[in-house]
Amino acid sequence: MTNLVYLDNNATTKVDEKVLEAMLPYFKEEYANPSSMYDFAKNPHNVLNVARKQVQELLGAESEREIVFTSCGSESANTAIKGTLANNKTKRHIITTAVEHPCVLNVYKHFEKQGYKVDYLGVNSNGELDLEELKEKVTEETALVSVMWANNETGIIFPVEKIAEIVKEKNPETVVYVDAVQVAGKINIDVKNTKIDMLGVSGHKFHAPKGVGALYVKSGTIVSPLIIGGHQERGKRAGTENVPYIVGIGKAAELAKEYLSYEANEIKRLRDKLEAGILKHVFNSRLNTSITNRVPNTTNIGFQYIEGELILLHLSDIGICASSGSACTSGSLEPSHVLRAMGVPFTSLHGSIRFSLSRYTTEQEIDYVIEKLPPIIEKLTNISPYQEELAALKNLK
Amino acid sequence: MWDYSEKVMDHYRNPRNVGKIDNADAIGEAGSLACGDSLKLYLKVDNGIVTDAKFQTFGCGSAVASSSILTEMIIGKPIDEVRKITNKDIADELGGLPPEKMHCSVMGHEALEDALKKYYNEVMQINLPETTDKLICQCFDVRESQILEAIKTNKLKTVEEVTNYTKAGGACGKCKDSIKAILNEYWAKQDENKPKLTQAQKILKINKVIENQISPELQKDGGDIELVDIDDNKVYVKLRGKCSGCKNSHITLKIFVEQVLQEAVSNLIEVIEV
Repeated sequence: MTNLVYLDNNATTKVDEKVLEAMLPYFKEEYANPSSMYDFAKNPHNVLNVARKQVQELLGAESEREIVFTSCGSESANTAIKGTLANNKTKRHIITTAVEHPCVLNVYKHFEKQGYKVDYLGVNSNGELDLEELKEKVTEETALVSVMWANNETGIIFPVEKIAEIVKEKNPETVVYVDAVQVAGKINIDVKNTKIDMLGVSGHKFHAPKGVGALYVKSGTIVSPLIIGGHQERGKRAGTENVPYIVGIGKAAELAKEYLSYEANEIKRLRDKLEAGILKHVFNSRLNTSITNRVPNTTNIGFQYIEGELILLHLSDIGICASSGSACTSGSLEPSHVLRAMGVPFTSLHGSIRFSLSRYTTEQEIDYVIEKLPPIIEKLTNISPYQEELAALKNLK
Repeated sequence: MWDYSEKVMDHYRNPRNVGKIDNADAIGEAGSLACGDSLKLYLKVDNGIVTDAKFQTFGCGSAVASSSILTEMIIGKPIDEVRKITNKDIADELGGLPPEKMHCSVMGHEALEDALKKYYNEVMQINLPETTDKLICQCFDVRESQILEAIKTNKLKTVEEVTNYTKAGGACGKCKDSIKAILNEYWAKQDENKPKLTQAQKILKINKVIENQISPELQKDGGDIELVDIDDNKVYVKLRGKCSGCKNSHITLKIFVEQVLQEAVSNLIEVIEV
C-alpha cells in the first residue's frame, strides 16, 4: 500500500493521541461505576463533570448541566426529535430541510408515516435556504424546526442563529433543533447567545472515538428520554455512563477548541490550495459547492462525464481516501440528495468527489493529490462515451 | 466498500479495448447520463465473425469491468454465438458481481443486443421481430422486456432482486407494483405444466408436502416445522426443535422449504416465519 492520504474527515477522523491517552486509565485502572458509593468511584464520577465542562465550552453553552452524553450523532438527533414530539402530541407539524443528513431525514420519514406533516425546505444553487419561505411555513401547529448547521457533503453553512430567531418570533413554543455534527471543532459555536433549544454533535467527527456523542439541551427545554432506565444524565439518557468514551469526547472537545484558529487559517489554506489546484489542472472539473460560506475543511468537486465510484477506486489504488455523492457508492441507485436539491447538473452530479481535511492533513499530502489526481482523471475521461461534449468543454476553458 | 472479485478489479484498473471504431458495422448503446451509467459498444463484423470490438463507458468500476470483459468475450466469435451471451454470462466471466451491481452486467448485455439488432437491420437487412414493450420504470427507463429477460435468465423472485439487476424501482419506487405483477405473471406461467389446484386443494397439497417431504428432513437434524396459516400464496410457518433459534434458519426456509413448496405446488409460494 502506498502512503495513506486521508481526505475523508467528514466521514470520520483519526482519534487524537492525547484523547486516547486520556481514555486509557478508565479501561484499565479507574473502572468503577460512577454511580457507586465508595471512594474508588469518586474519580470516574468527577471526570464526567470535567468532560461535561469541556463539551460545554466547545459549544458555548451556559452551563455544563445542559450537556447530555449519547452514543453518537444519530442518537443525539433521535433524542431531540422524538423527545420533543413525545411531549407535544397535539402539534403535528415539522419543518426541516431537503439536504439534512439521512440520519435525520429518515426520522422525519418515520413521523410522516405516522401522520405528521413535514415541510422540507429546498435550497438554491448556492445551497442557501429561503428564509422568507421558512417564516411563512412556521405556524401555531409547528412543533419542531430542525436544521443542520453545516452540510456534510458540501460544507455549506446555514445561518442557524438567524433561523432560530425567525422561528421563535413566529412561534416561541416551536422547538429548534440544530444538527451541528459537521461544525463542532470547525467553526466557533456560541449556543448560549442563540435561540437554539437543542444541538447535537458526534465525537468521532472531531478526533474522539466512534461511539460517543453529545446533545445540548437548553435549560428549561423538556425532552423525553429515548432510553428509559436509571437516572443517569439527569434522566435524559439512561444507562451506565460510558466513562472512557465520555472522557475521550471531553478531551477531544478541549483540543478542538484550541485548534479552532488553526482550522480557520491553516486547514482552510490547504483546502483552498487543493481546490484551486484541481480546478486549474482538470479541465472537466467543476466546483459543486459555494465558494464562501462553508466550513474550512470541505470541498466538493464534480468531474464531468465520469462516474464517482470509478474515481474513488482509482484514487484508493494510490492511497487517497475521499468520498462521492454518486449513486454507485451507496448502492442506493440514486445520486446525492444534497447536490440534486442544489440543482447540480447530471454531468457533474455522478462524478462528484468530496475532499474533507483535518489537522492531520499536511502540505505534502495536498501536493501529492494535486500531482496525482489530474492524470487519473484524464485516463478515466478517455473511457467516457461523451467525447464530443468533453471536447466542447475543453475548448471553453 | 464493495466486495469486487480480482477480475473485476483488474478490468476497471486496466480496461481492455477502450475507444471507438471509426468505421464500425454496428454501434450499440445502453443507459443514459441522467441515470448514472451509459455504454457505447462498437462492433466490426466480417463474414459473420466479430473481428473487433471497442467500448466507451460512463459508469462505476463494475460497469467498466463488465464492458471491458464483454469485448474480450466477443472478439473472434461468430455472431450467432455472440447472440446467445446473457448478462449472467458477463457476470460469471467476471467471477461474479455484488447483487446491487448486477445491473452493470445487464447494461453490457443491452448494449450488445442493441448493436446486434442494428447489425441485422442495417447490414444484413433482416428485421428482428419488434416486441411491444411497455416502459415500466420511468426513472431509469427500464422496459418490460428487460425486466422479463432478467427474471428469466437469473431466476429472480422478488422486486428487490429485479431492482438489483435492472435498476427498475430503485428511485421513486412507483413501478414496484408493476414489477410485482410482472413477477407474478411470469412465475404463474411457469406453473402451467403443474396440475391446476383449487384453493382447497392447494392448502391440502401444501400440508401434505410439509408433512411428508419437509418435516422428515428437518427431523433428521433434530428440528421440525409447523404450518400456521396459508393466505393465498403466503405460507406462514413456525420452526421447531433445533431449527428454532438456529442462525441458519433463514437459509433453511428460503433455500429448502420454499424451494420444495415452489416445485411441488406453485412458483409463487412465499414462506414466512412467524
